[in-house]
Amino acid sequence: MPNDPSDKPRRIRVRREGPVLVEGPVEVVLEDGTSAVSDRCVVALCTCRRSRTYPWCDTSHRHRA
Amino acid sequence: MTIDQRGPALPDGRGEVSAAVIAHLRGEGTPLPDARAAAGADPYGDDLQLALYVCYEPHYRGFAGVDDAVEWDPALLAARALLEARFLDALRRDAARGHGVDEAVDDLLVEPLHGTGVSHHLQEEGRLWQLREYAAQRSLYHLKEADPHAWVLPRLWGRAKAGMAAVEFDEFGGGRAERVHARLFADLMADLGLDTAYGRYLNAASAPTLATVNLMSLCGLHRSLRGALVGHFATLEITSSPASRRLALAMQRAGAGPAAELFYTEHVEADAVHEQVVRHEVIGGLLEQEPHLAPDVVFGIDATVFLEDRFGEDLLGHWRAGRSSLRTPLDGPATVSVGPEPDSD
Repeated sequence: MPNDPSDKPRRIRVRREGPVLVEGPVEVVLEDGTSAVSDRCVVALCTCRRSRTYPWCDTSHRHRA
Repeated sequence: MTIDQRGPALPDGRGEVSAAVIAHLRGEGTPLPDARAAAGADPYGDDLQLALYVCYEPHYRGFAGVDDAVEWDPALLAARALLEARFLDALRRDAARGHGVDEAVDDLLVEPLHGTGVSHHLQEEGRLWQLREYAAQRSLYHLKEADPHAWVLPRLWGRAKAGMAAVEFDEFGGGRAERVHARLFADLMADLGLDTAYGRYLNAASAPTLATVNLMSLCGLHRSLRGALVGHFATLEITSSPASRRLALAMQRAGAGPAAELFYTEHVEADAVHEQVVRHEVIGGLLEQEPHLAPDVVFGIDATVFLEDRFGEDLLGHWRAGRSSLRTPLDGPATVSVGPEPDSD
């Protein structure tokens, strides 16, 4: 996408555990070519790959005891 | 579907204290509960919890036939303060677990391998009549979902305010009326054959249900409890996503309908985001600015866990005994189960 000097960089928050938080809306293109769209103002992207709603976080990364 | 926006009818009293509050709202000119009456009431019992609920409701939608100005009636506010003190004192005595914010939050983040709560029961062996009762009980909150939490916004600033507003925006549908979570819950109720009118199940709701909602109103309406409100809200958001997954499966299993499933699948995804924002921005931001509020945040967490546990145990206790958890049974196809049934009764 062409850079517009008025665009602010999109903020992405990364943490040691848990999802990556991206300012929405986002379109995620998956390996099989399909894409998933979320228009939330903050989107949580799964990084543990255990989510049953992949690519969105569903808290499956949590510790179980 | 149109959601009835008129206030509900005043409920029936459940004892001396609640009857006095209801009579006052009806304009009967009878005395409101005094300190002696408040002190004599069980802080978690039907009488005090209903009285408190009725005191709070004028701040939301009011009651049919009751003057809106009663919201700021000094006599009613004075009586409410007595009831709130009784409830708060009991919670401070019974709910505290004596830990710090990090420990309290970390406890919420651990998922039990073999959970025994209400959502586990409903996922594994919930019957349709139990799902309907659960929805009727929860409707006291979900039909005003996120409303009590909006009151905290003017008391926050910086990261805490921005984070809280972002989550509330999502709760209120992100600008789309049909996505307001309270509306999604009304759609769920319609799928379950329940009446979606606001306050319709107030008479039916149990004291433990009323207590969970009264805690929100209490913390939302008092600026002095802003830390507790934040801790309370964090608890709801952190525990909601996995529980919503179980409840979505329960709805699917019982064949409850697409809107009933959607309410919970929406919360799986939304609350996974909200958890992150509430922990890092709202709690983190608040305590950066007002570190002295840490014990209040912990109190909000502990009180919520304590009351939610009581709510769940009450439901499961009634159901195990084969009894309704509601004070008045539901109309309609209440006991007709759809979908695979567990073992025979």
